[in-house]
Amino acid sequence: MGGPFKLPPLLYDMGALEPYIDAMTMKVHHGGHHATYVSKLNDAIKGKGELESMKLVDLSQTAIKMGPAVRNNCGGHYNHTLFWTYMAPKGSSITKPTGNLQAAIDKNFGSFDQFQTAFNNACAGVFGSGWVWLGVAEDGRLSIETTANQDNPLMDGVVLSQNTATGDRVPGTNGRKIIPFMGQDVWEHAYYLKYQNRKTEYFAAWWNVVNWNKICEYYDQYASKKLYIPVA
Amino acid sequence: MGPDSCLRNDAQLERNDAHVQNGKIWKGHCSFGAISESLCAAPSRLFCLSVCPKVEGSDPFFCLSGSGGILPAAMALLLRQLSAAGGRRFSAGLAAASTRGVQTVALPDLPYDYAELEPVVSAEIMELHHAKHHQAYVNNYNVALEKYEAAEKKKDTHAMIALHGALRFNGGGHVNHCQFWENLAPEKKGGGELPQGPLADAIATQFGSLDELIKKVNAAGAAVQGSGWVWLGVNKDTGKLLVDTTPNQDPLVVKGAGLVSILGIDVWEHAYYLQYKNVRPDYLKHIWKVVNWRDVTRRYEQAMKARVAATK
Repeated sequence: MGGPFKLPPLLYDMGALEPYIDAMTMKVHHGGHHATYVSKLNDAIKGKGELESMKLVDLSQTAIKMGPAVRNNCGGHYNHTLFWTYMAPKGSSITKPTGNLQAAIDKNFGSFDQFQTAFNNACAGVFGSGWVWLGVAEDGRLSIETTANQDNPLMDGVVLSQNTATGDRVPGTNGRKIIPFMGQDVWEHAYYLKYQNRKTEYFAAWWNVVNWNKICEYYDQYASKKLYIPVA
Repeated sequence: MGPDSCLRNDAQLERNDAHVQNGKIWKGHCSFGAISESLCAAPSRLFCLSVCPKVEGSDPFFCLSGSGGILPAAMALLLRQLSAAGGRRFSAGLAAASTRGVQTVALPDLPYDYAELEPVVSAEIMELHHAKHHQAYVNNYNVALEKYEAAEKKKDTHAMIALHGALRFNGGGHVNHCQFWENLAPEKKGGGELPQGPLADAIATQFGSLDELIKKVNAAGAAVQGSGWVWLGVNKDTGKLLVDTTPNQDPLVVKGAGLVSILGIDVWEHAYYLQYKNVRPDYLKHIWKVVNWRDVTRRYEQAMKARVAATK
């Protein structure tokens, strides 16, 4: 466990998420952006004693204190490692959550459709680069939150849901600390090659490749038990 | 299809543009820029007729991006003509919008064609960047300005303060891009050539050489996390040049009231991604071929003149 970290391989082909996410985006996003986060993270922790052997989850929690090189690249590596697993080729996963997660979504959002709308709205409301998360708050309730750039809710001191064009909290979020178990990348590089400025089209299309099997697993095994999802 | 089938729900509609569908008036302006994404059927400096991209067969409606230039009389005439043509009702709210007297902004024309910055910046990027991204900032800024004016009239301080973020982001987006288009010029129209003069001298004195300045700007630009801008600016108080960055659409002035940006390079991914993908340093390496140093020099001289005037 711990550094030096490695770029994890995708569990599906570059073109497997077509037509919702194009192969070129997958290639550049994984092999370009994510790979760079990994190599820069390794550079940032090299020779820094304790940092070199910390697990990614632990490093993430202390990332803001450790300065921008660790913050941005540790965030980038954690966020993207799990991002690839939130997705799967269409047809290879159930299309909606079941079991405990389904119950939790119905309880917190009223219905799956209402949750989807709220999540899409949060995605569209983010200004600049960032991520949108579904997670479990301290009181056990589900909450949608957003972070800027490569920040994530694991980081001590992170600002939640204030990266909106109005300067206020992103609508539909609470600004509460959560354990994230699903996330959407709203950086332009996540969709620009295929969707250009039409980001809301991307957010709508993305649901076609969401791996609800995996996300239900993440909720059951980790988030609902107040555990961050570990990453090797 | 009717209004309900639009991807946007009513909570996101604001009382500005009138969106006509199937004979029914649906007042709406999508706060996520749907209107700015629509195809303009009759572009003009004043206003354009647009078609909703989301609803098949929807009737044309006004895109009020150029509302700063709309004359109430002209608008009323056009409304009557369109009403007569299709028997459709138009909201009086449309005419009212143009008579409120808010100083709204408009998308400026580029001083060159979309393709003229090739091969440094592709025509595809230039068109998207100008006609979609900048247009959306214009639209959203105007919405915020109108809301701000309404709040001011009602002396609603809370509402005014709540609008600061939208004014900052969209107003910043507007002014930053206005400057950006002028900061660039095709190579055959002077792009990339630093003329002799006070700016060239200041660069030599303060940075050693133009190459050293470029290295500094590019390092700062590459290091911007997420979205933002890298600037060459002048500090009006000290008279010195500076290199700095700002996040999102913050103009340089948020870093200091006395700072004037003379050259801005957009490092949001939309500025280069279709061509350079994740290799922002390549974009930064090549953009200098189309930097309009004549414009940058003009801005420098203007800022220095203002400084002299202020110290008199």
